[in-house]
Amino acid sequence: MGFGNVFEKFRSGLTKTRDSFVGKVQRIVTAKSTIDQEMIDDLEEVLIGSDVGVEATGVIIERIQRRVKEEKYTSPTELTNLLRDEIANVLRGESPQDRGGVIVNEGQRPFVVMIVGVNGVGKTTTIGKMANHFREEGLRVLIGAADTFRAAANEQLEVWARKAHVDIVQQRRGADPAAVAFDTVASAKARNLDVVIIDTAGRLHTKTNLMEELKKIKRVLEKQTPGAPHETLLVLDATTGQNGLQQVRQFADAIGLTGIVLTKLDGTAKGGIVLAIARELKVPVKYVGVGEKIDDLQPFDARAYVDAMFDGRSSSLS
Amino acid sequence: MFENLSKKLEVVFKKLRGEGKITEANIAESLREVRRVLLDADVNYKVAKEFVDNVQKRAVGREVLTSITPGQLIVKIIYEEMVKLLGVSKADIQDAPNPPTVIMIAGLQGSGKTTFCGKLALYLRTKGRNPLLVAADVHRPAAIDQLVLLGKQVDIPVYLERDRDAVTIAGNSIEYARKNIRDTVIIDTAGRLHVDEEMMREAIAVKEKVRPHEILFVVDSMTGQDAVNTAKAFHDRLNFDGVVLTKLDGDARGGAALSIRHVVEKPIKFAGVGEKLDALEPFHPDRIASRILGMGDVLTLVEKAQEQFEVEHAQKLEEKLRKAQFTFEDFLEQLRALKNMGPLNQLVGMIPGMNRLPADAAIDDKALVRVEAIIQSMTREERMRPSILNGSRRRRIARGSGTTIQEVNRLVKQFDEMQKMIKRMSKGNVRRAMKGLQFPLN
Repeated sequence: MGFGNVFEKFRSGLTKTRDSFVGKVQRIVTAKSTIDQEMIDDLEEVLIGSDVGVEATGVIIERIQRRVKEEKYTSPTELTNLLRDEIANVLRGESPQDRGGVIVNEGQRPFVVMIVGVNGVGKTTTIGKMANHFREEGLRVLIGAADTFRAAANEQLEVWARKAHVDIVQQRRGADPAAVAFDTVASAKARNLDVVIIDTAGRLHTKTNLMEELKKIKRVLEKQTPGAPHETLLVLDATTGQNGLQQVRQFADAIGLTGIVLTKLDGTAKGGIVLAIARELKVPVKYVGVGEKIDDLQPFDARAYVDAMFDGRSSSLS
Repeated sequence: MFENLSKKLEVVFKKLRGEGKITEANIAESLREVRRVLLDADVNYKVAKEFVDNVQKRAVGREVLTSITPGQLIVKIIYEEMVKLLGVSKADIQDAPNPPTVIMIAGLQGSGKTTFCGKLALYLRTKGRNPLLVAADVHRPAAIDQLVLLGKQVDIPVYLERDRDAVTIAGNSIEYARKNIRDTVIIDTAGRLHVDEEMMREAIAVKEKVRPHEILFVVDSMTGQDAVNTAKAFHDRLNFDGVVLTKLDGDARGGAALSIRHVVEKPIKFAGVGEKLDALEPFHPDRIASRILGMGDVLTLVEKAQEQFEVEHAQKLEEKLRKAQFTFEDFLEQLRALKNMGPLNQLVGMIPGMNRLPADAAIDDKALVRVEAIIQSMTREERMRPSILNGSRRRRIARGSGTTIQEVNRLVKQFDEMQKMIKRMSKGNVRRAMKGLQFPLN
C-alpha cells in the first residue's frame, strides 16, 4: 500500500478533526496582528478541548512560549508552524523513525498479535481490518475468537472474518478464553500459518479478575509459542478523554503493551489523548481507524498525521 | 475511583485553611487548581470555566464560620453547584396513556446501547412491566444476535425481522406488542458516528414512525471533550428525554456527565455500573458529586452493605464500633460480608477518606483469603482477646493457616492499629483517625 494512499485516508478521515482543530487555530492566529498572551491562552483552550489534557497541553504551550520569546516570532501565523512542530515532537517521542504499523517478523511462525481494550472501542472491527491488511500482504491469517463473554461476539467476528477472507477458531460462548487462544495457535502451527490475531472480551481496566484472565491468556500464548504474543495492542476510542491514560497504564501494567490502535477517528473526535499518552507513557500508536470500511485501518505515521491535521499537503511523504 | 481528583482538591484546600474570609486573592490559585481538576476529569473546558466562575461568585466575600475551614466552605459550595448542575434524580420512564409505552434507545457506536436495552428490560420487569425488546439495529454485524441472546438471558421476548429496514421493524413491533400484551417496547437502534447523516435520518424516521414516549441517549462515561458535541448533535435532531451514563464502574471520573447536563437540559436517568444485566442503577446526582469531591459515596456503600448485612447485625456492629469492642470475630464477619459485596477496590473508594490511600496500596482481593485463614486458625478466645496472642500461639496460627509468622504478626499489629483508630473515630474525630489508617490487608 503506497503512502500516498495512506495520506489520502488520513486526510479524509481527519476532515472533522481538521475542521474543528485547525479551523479554530486559524481563526485564533488570524484574529490579531501580533502574538499576545490572550492568543496563547486561546491556543491552550483548543488543545484542552481536543482531549490533549492539561499536562501535555502545558508542555506544548510552554515550549511555544519559550520559542516565541527566544526566536523572536512576532507574526501570529508563525504560531501555526510552532504548534505543528511541537505536536509532532510530542507524538514522535522517543522513536522518531517509527513508521507505525505492525511488522510481521519472518522468523516467528506464527506471529501472534493479541488485541485488548475496554468495552465498545472497536476491537472486533479492528481485528477484521487488520486480518484483511495482513492477508493483502500475502500472509496467511487465523483469528482466535477469545471473546467468549459478550453476547454474539463470535457472530460479529465471523462477519468480519468472512469480509477479510480469513479463517476463525471459536468455541461455545462462556468457554475459557485461554483455551480458545491455545487452540488457535495450535491450529495455526499445524497448518503452518503466518499470523494469529487473538480477539479478547472488552473489559474495564479496573476489574482485577478480568485483568487476571488476560494474564492467563498471555501465559498460555507464551507457552504455545515462545515470545508470543509478539504484539499486544490496546484499542482506544478516539472520543476517550483523560481516562485513556488510565487504560493504557492499567493494561500495560497487567500484560505489557507494544502499541495502540486509535479507532473512530472519523467522528468529530480529536483523539488528542494520544498526545498525552505519547508524552507520559511512551506507548506508540501503531494504527489508526479512520472509517467503517474494511480498508479503513492505516499504519500511523506521526509526521503524516500532523501534516494531514494541519494543511492536507504532505511535505515529507511525497 | 476518583482518588486523584479528591487528592488534588485536598491539596488545594489545605492552602485555604486558616484564613478568616474568602477573598479574590486567596481563592484565585485554588480555583485555578479546581479548574484543572475538572479538566482532568474530562469536564468540557467551557463548562469548567463557567463552573469555576460561579463558584467564585458565590464564594468571594463569604465569612468563614469558626466551625468550618475555608476549604470546607468551598467544598460545600462546589458540591452544591455540582449537584445543581447535574440536576435532580429522575429515573422514571414516561407512561403512555394507551399501552404500549415505546422507549427508543439512541447513541454512538460502542456506547453500550444494546447491553443497556437488556438491562432496562430487566429493570422494568422488576417494576412490574412486561417489556418487549426490538432489534432495530440492522447495521452492526450481529447486533440482532446480541440482543436475542440478551433477551434469552433475562427471559424477555425479542422482536426481530431479518433483512428488513429499521423503520419497518420498529413499526411492526408495536403491532406485535399490542397483540401479545407487552406494555413496554424498547427499541435498540443503530449507533454509528453521529456525523453520519444516514444514521441520523434513520433514527429520525424510526422516531416519526413509532412516536416514542421516551427517547434515551446512551453515552460512555469515559468520553472526553467531545461529549458535549455528541449530546448536542443527538439532541438537536432527536430531542431526547433523558441520558444514560454507561461504564461508570470503571475509574472514569465522569466529567462528561457534568458537560452534557450543561449543554442539554435533560436529566441523566440511569447509570450502567457493571457487566451483569442487573448492573443498572438510577442516576444519583448527589452521589456522583460527592464522589467527585472525595466526600465518599457513603449512601451507595450503606445501601450495598445493607443488602449483605442483616440490619440488626449492622446495628450490633455499629454499637461495637462505638464502644470500641471490635474483635477479630467481628472483623471476620465483616470480611465475609465484604467479599459478597463486590471487588474491594470499588468499595474502599466509597468510604470517606479511604480514597486517600496511597496509590500503591492497592487492595488485592486475594489478600483477604489469607487474612481469613489466619483468623480462622485462632481460637475463639484469641479472636475475642487478641492481647493473649503470644509467640507460641502465633506460631501455631501461622502453621494452621499455611502462612508465616511474619504475616500473623503483621495482621495482629495492623488490627491493633485499626482498633485504636476505631476508638478515635468513636470519639468523633473521623478525619484525623482516617489519616493514620493502614488498612490491614496489604
